[in-house]
Amino acid sequence: MPSVTRVVLAEDEVLLREGLVGVLTRFGFAVDAAVGSAPELLDAVRTHRPDLLVTDIRMPPQHRDDGLRAAVTLRAERPDLAVVVLSQHVQSGYAAALLDSGDGNRVGYLLKDRVADVAEFAETLRRVAAGGTAVDPDVVRHLLRRPRDPLAALSRREREVLGLVAEGHSNTAIASRLHVTEAAVGKHVGNILAKLGLPPDEDTNRRVLAVLAYLRAES
Amino acid sequence: MTVDHGLAVALRRRRYLLSAWPWRALAYALTTLPLAGAAAFGAAVVAAPLLLVVSALRRGRPVDAEALAVLAVVALAVVAFAPLAGAPVAAVERWRLGLVDDRPVTAPRWRGLAARFTTATGWREGAYLAVLGVVLPLAYGMFGLLVLLDVALVAGPWLAGGEDRIVLVWATVDSPAEAVPYALAGLLAVPALVYLAGLLVAAQAAVARRLLDDAPGGAALREVTRSRARLVGAYEAERRRIERDMHDGAQPRLTALTLQLGLARLDVPDDSPAAKPLAVAHEQAKELMVTLRGIVQGIRPQQLTELGLAGAVGELAARSVVPVTVRADLTRPVPDLIETTAWYVVSETLGNVARHAGAGRAQVRLTRDDRRLVVEVRDDGRGGADPARGTGLTGLADRVAAVEGRLLLSSPPGGPTLVRVELPCRP
Repeated sequence: MPSVTRVVLAEDEVLLREGLVGVLTRFGFAVDAAVGSAPELLDAVRTHRPDLLVTDIRMPPQHRDDGLRAAVTLRAERPDLAVVVLSQHVQSGYAAALLDSGDGNRVGYLLKDRVADVAEFAETLRRVAAGGTAVDPDVVRHLLRRPRDPLAALSRREREVLGLVAEGHSNTAIASRLHVTEAAVGKHVGNILAKLGLPPDEDTNRRVLAVLAYLRAES
Repeated sequence: MTVDHGLAVALRRRRYLLSAWPWRALAYALTTLPLAGAAAFGAAVVAAPLLLVVSALRRGRPVDAEALAVLAVVALAVVAFAPLAGAPVAAVERWRLGLVDDRPVTAPRWRGLAARFTTATGWREGAYLAVLGVVLPLAYGMFGLLVLLDVALVAGPWLAGGEDRIVLVWATVDSPAEAVPYALAGLLAVPALVYLAGLLVAAQAAVARRLLDDAPGGAALREVTRSRARLVGAYEAERRRIERDMHDGAQPRLTALTLQLGLARLDVPDDSPAAKPLAVAHEQAKELMVTLRGIVQGIRPQQLTELGLAGAVGELAARSVVPVTVRADLTRPVPDLIETTAWYVVSETLGNVARHAGAGRAQVRLTRDDRRLVVEVRDDGRGGADPARGTGLTGLADRVAAVEGRLLLSSPPGGPTLVRVELPCRP
């Protein structure tokens, strides 16, 4: 793990691209390249070999999901490339495509709104660059809304914890958010995994992926 | 003084016998004869195999298979030829219709030889040939017999002058004197015959108009719906443009602004007088981002722009409270407007399923053949969906009709419910 995380950024709107470069630099990331289209993005990543790619989904040339497709392509070439995708609106299919690329580690799917909370956004980027998974709370909420019998067996607190686990938070982070002890969180997580029939797992990330896989599965 | 536009109206007037109409009817009837004769010859060729079989059976002989085969092939060839021969005959008939009907007749546009076999017009004109060759000879033949009979009645006194007795239908007369009452009856029957001829010709003209007039009303209506589809298409293109402008311009700029406010907050100490207003501005900008997202989504579903129809429908299914399976066979591209309409159909219908059906699961199928896109949404709910009760079905039907599609619904009480929408895809 190098001391400075090197980033390639892709966003077609100039103002936002500059703003994002500002945020990244401010929080100590090194920006190798900032580009505005999918082909440029592919070139930049292959040339600079950064640690992390931050990209918008809809961008030129086709203005569809070009950014996402480029990211998935690059992940296939380099499974160790961390990728955070920014989306203007929630789309579970995108999150799924991304989580399925590589082994589901080092990926983040965020609503563009999240960049407004700059410190938290930078923290999420760090987490993903360090091998974690970050899924936007809106996507998780959406997955939790789907009717499944086992979910009904969870208490309200457990559902809350489950949501935070699915977003990719560690026990420590969940504890500080809910203002409880880390041990209490550990117990909740253990209960949840048992109720959902998932294998207990100490590795935060594997646990997150298991929960996400469970939530995404067809009921 | 009204001017009668045609024979059918004139027949109801008291002055019919004294007007020009009987003469016009006569002219029409006389000019029909050669045409009907030629068509009757064709009809006889078509009927020949049947006649061969009938005559063989009546004489108790075996049917001559070879002759039958040849006649059958020739008959089929004549039937197949009918739509082609129909065109020139129909042209003559449209002109001849002017003899007994002053209303204009619209001739269809000539669309080439192949179209004679693939359009209703071609086969309608072929059918007119059949009327001309089968029905009219019979009708005219019967009428001709009546005329001959009447002529015999009127000529009775002269015919009965000789040595021989003559037979007048149901009686035998020996002398001119005896034939006179019959002759009078025959004279009285003449106006009745003229009326009958008028009726016969009027019926023939009505059939001709029915089969040969390329209904202008229908053409005009088609034009109107086409222009409505054009309007909807233009409206849709406009929505697309607005959505793109918002997504590529307004939204990222607002995000950039919010991001700058967030950066500024990092450097403003909490006890500074600027901290609170800055925090408020930041929160308001974030709320505006959410609002704007809602507005853009309302203008045009963004999933359609990014994922295309199958993907966007999959996204709708993923969001549904009721479990939904999607099957999409979209081998060919679907026009934008049809894509949007189909998306709204699925969106609304799945909304209805969630709200009203009480269903355990639902199924969406998208099928694209070379001429249309078919959208089917099934659910295993309680059924009894009734457009009259306002479940948004009528609004949906309007939307579908605007692009010249059809909406079909089957929803018996107790379910299951099937909504099927057919949308035309012109290349």
